[in-house]
Amino acid sequence: MKQIFKISTVFLMIALAFASCNNGKSSKSNSALSSNVAEKVYVAPGEYDEFYAFISGGYSGNLTVYGLPSGRMFKEIPVFSQFPTNGYGYSEETIPMLNTSHGFIPWGDAHHPDISQTNGELDGRFIFMNENNTPRIAKIDLTTFETTEIIEVPNSAGNHSSSFVTENTEYVVAGTRFSVPIPQRDMPINEYKGNFQGALSFIAVEPEHGGMEIKFQVLMPGFNYDLSHPGRGKSHGWFFFTTYNTEEANSLLEVNASQNDKDFIAAVNWKKIEDYVNNGGGTMMPAEYAHNVYDETTHKATSTIIKEVRVINPSEVPGAVYFLPTPKSPHGCDVDPTGEYIVGNGKLSANLTVHSFTKMLAAIEGKKFDGEAYGIPILKFEDVLAGSVEQPGLGPLHTEFDDKGNAYTTFFISSEVVKWKLGTWEVIDRKPTYYSVGHLTIPGGNSRKPQGKYMFAMNKITKDRYLPTGPEMEHSAQLYDITGDKMELLLDFPTHGEPHYAAAMRADIIKERSKKIYSLAENKHEYAAKSDADTKVVRQGNDVHIYMTTIRSHFAPDNIEGIKIGDKVYFHVTNLEQDFDVPHGFAVLGQNNSELLIMPGQTKTSVWEPTKVGVWPFYCTDFCSALHQEMQGYVRVSAKDSNVPLKWSLGDDF
Amino acid sequence: MKKTSIIMIIGSLLLLGLFKFPLWNIMLGAPQYPDPLGMNIYINGIQGVSEFDIQNIDGLNHYIGMKTIPKPEEMWEFSLFPKVILGMVVLGVAIGILGFFGKVNYWFFLGWFLLMSVLGILGMYDFNNWLIDYGSNLDPHAIIKVTNPDGTPMSYKPPLLGFQKLLNFDVTSLPHIGGYLMFLGMSLTLFAFWLGRRGTLRKKPMN
Repeated sequence: MKQIFKISTVFLMIALAFASCNNGKSSKSNSALSSNVAEKVYVAPGEYDEFYAFISGGYSGNLTVYGLPSGRMFKEIPVFSQFPTNGYGYSEETIPMLNTSHGFIPWGDAHHPDISQTNGELDGRFIFMNENNTPRIAKIDLTTFETTEIIEVPNSAGNHSSSFVTENTEYVVAGTRFSVPIPQRDMPINEYKGNFQGALSFIAVEPEHGGMEIKFQVLMPGFNYDLSHPGRGKSHGWFFFTTYNTEEANSLLEVNASQNDKDFIAAVNWKKIEDYVNNGGGTMMPAEYAHNVYDETTHKATSTIIKEVRVINPSEVPGAVYFLPTPKSPHGCDVDPTGEYIVGNGKLSANLTVHSFTKMLAAIEGKKFDGEAYGIPILKFEDVLAGSVEQPGLGPLHTEFDDKGNAYTTFFISSEVVKWKLGTWEVIDRKPTYYSVGHLTIPGGNSRKPQGKYMFAMNKITKDRYLPTGPEMEHSAQLYDITGDKMELLLDFPTHGEPHYAAAMRADIIKERSKKIYSLAENKHEYAAKSDADTKVVRQGNDVHIYMTTIRSHFAPDNIEGIKIGDKVYFHVTNLEQDFDVPHGFAVLGQNNSELLIMPGQTKTSVWEPTKVGVWPFYCTDFCSALHQEMQGYVRVSAKDSNVPLKWSLGDDF
Repeated sequence: MKKTSIIMIIGSLLLLGLFKFPLWNIMLGAPQYPDPLGMNIYINGIQGVSEFDIQNIDGLNHYIGMKTIPKPEEMWEFSLFPKVILGMVVLGVAIGILGFFGKVNYWFFLGWFLLMSVLGILGMYDFNNWLIDYGSNLDPHAIIKVTNPDGTPMSYKPPLLGFQKLLNFDVTSLPHIGGYLMFLGMSLTLFAFWLGRRGTLRKKPMN
């Protein structure tokens, strides 16, 4: 017994020695590792990030601008939602941006930003982004980082398989997630099947200025068109859309739209349809949709309602549309940099399906069809299949690519990113995400030339990743180094709203073109005052127009009298500064409106309908200068029937 | 004498650079201006280094009551200086040509150099006087009034040459390309004089 005790003591001691030895070793290597990781994401004060990331704000309706690898947020660009921070959607100039055929809509659900391309590479000129709820596509100009155009998409509902651009930005494409009656009409919902249709819209982009125009809409069967991506390289001229609910259910879709073993990827030969349309093909149908354009010289948006749209029935253009059977309600539809592989991320499937473009063309050539759906030929699954990634994870959603022939797929249910090899379909690595990842982004994605280096995963669930902030919190993203064989988690960073997709690219091209000011000389705003001498107050009935200027550190005029209850007062405020980063703000006490934030050289207008007699101060809301606190003024509001004369002044020159 | 005359002509012609390039440059950097504001001083006027620099310098200077930076028509110097420089170029080239044909000797080169030096010093003196006036003749109603420890108003005179700290601004004042070309040209005329004189001195023993 004693012997046994002795032996076990020795064993215990040896075990302890090993354990402590191990502990020492692992903790040491851990700290070495983490300091190494910290260096990889550390961008020293005053230094710049290597990449821009443009992350959609989801239900914030806006777009946020981040730097990588630091994960620092630089700006929130208002796109589909009113933004009281700078007056977007509140100022007279920007209210038209949010106009639709349903009237003014203050909010949107932003999803998939995509950067414009030239020759299949990101050119950094514009970003396009879709609004899911009231279908719209926005264009953000990357010289000013402002939204300059929004076009509503008629016949669409749940504008989700959007807004992806072709390789020379010929089109930005917007597919419908929800099929609807086309044209919209009063009809029983349960007559969905065979009556509802899904519109795939091809919005032509004018090459020089980026102006958008709906060239044509393909009216597809009443499926749900979930996501899409353009062909590139050899498959340029085609567009691919995943579908689900090929069952055409109109209720309890979680069950009823999950019955078919395979749904489809729709392959659309848009070049063919474009030729058809250029030769007068298609039908102009009555429609109603808004086209809103912001002019950078007048500093004003205009909204035009367009009354018709060209629609194409796929059966009119034989050989333009095919269905590729794809297992289990595929979500993401991703095309690799060579244009050969089309990945269908079957979200209820155990395997990941990859189709071959070459095989697809061969199958079409050989007319090897497996029936048809609403006149659209269905190809045989085996004929178009390039390969499957076997059992990679649970709930595949989206795939991105690096520049070395690897693919990275997110798995929502198993909450991980899996790296696999194109062609061999073998899984190389997997890393957890925190938690339940949706999209992922690799800089230069959706192009022929991914820029690699980093990948970030945008998660739907945050839980315990940061200090708690009550039940509602921001979402979370993780940044991974993808330069090695194995992915390495570098950084957690919070993201604003509910980010869906993001577009990212090297900073150099965009950085050089970013504007510092608007030219005051080129300001053609109808109500601009270009110097203190040009300021005035003009009454037109009950409308009072105040032509106001701001420059460090005063408003002109800063004393205004003769305003009456019942007046509609327009403060047209021009910022005379021509110096980088010297905005001025404007707000007046009791105004039922947002503030204005006016950039150098810009004019913005805020409307005030005073309700109370008194002398009300206004002031600059942006800490502009050492005498910012002195930058203020007064408006005297008199009773409706008063005869106080209209007058205005700056200094003593009343 | 032919070689030295050619050097004299080249030296004089280098002054023409002042019509294309700034004579002097003053840069103003501050914590808020990591990309400094700057003034290029030409013989016929003052221009901003970047498009809106003059406007922005004037905008900042209004706080301390400085006058705005003068436009060409507001200073007689900007109409006189080009004439003087052009006159000196013509004179220098003429001396060089006459030297080339043996009509004048190297002492004329030195004469030109000394005349140019006197004019240059007068120009500098005048420029410095303007800087003093610009930096200290301030609006009595200025928003910000800073006094020296002895109670006298602080001067915002930029340095004529070199670096100086003025409140939050780091001011650097240096010659620019036109100025350097002028100095080089003047040096060449002095060199031409020296070369000519040496040539004559060497020839003498042989006589």
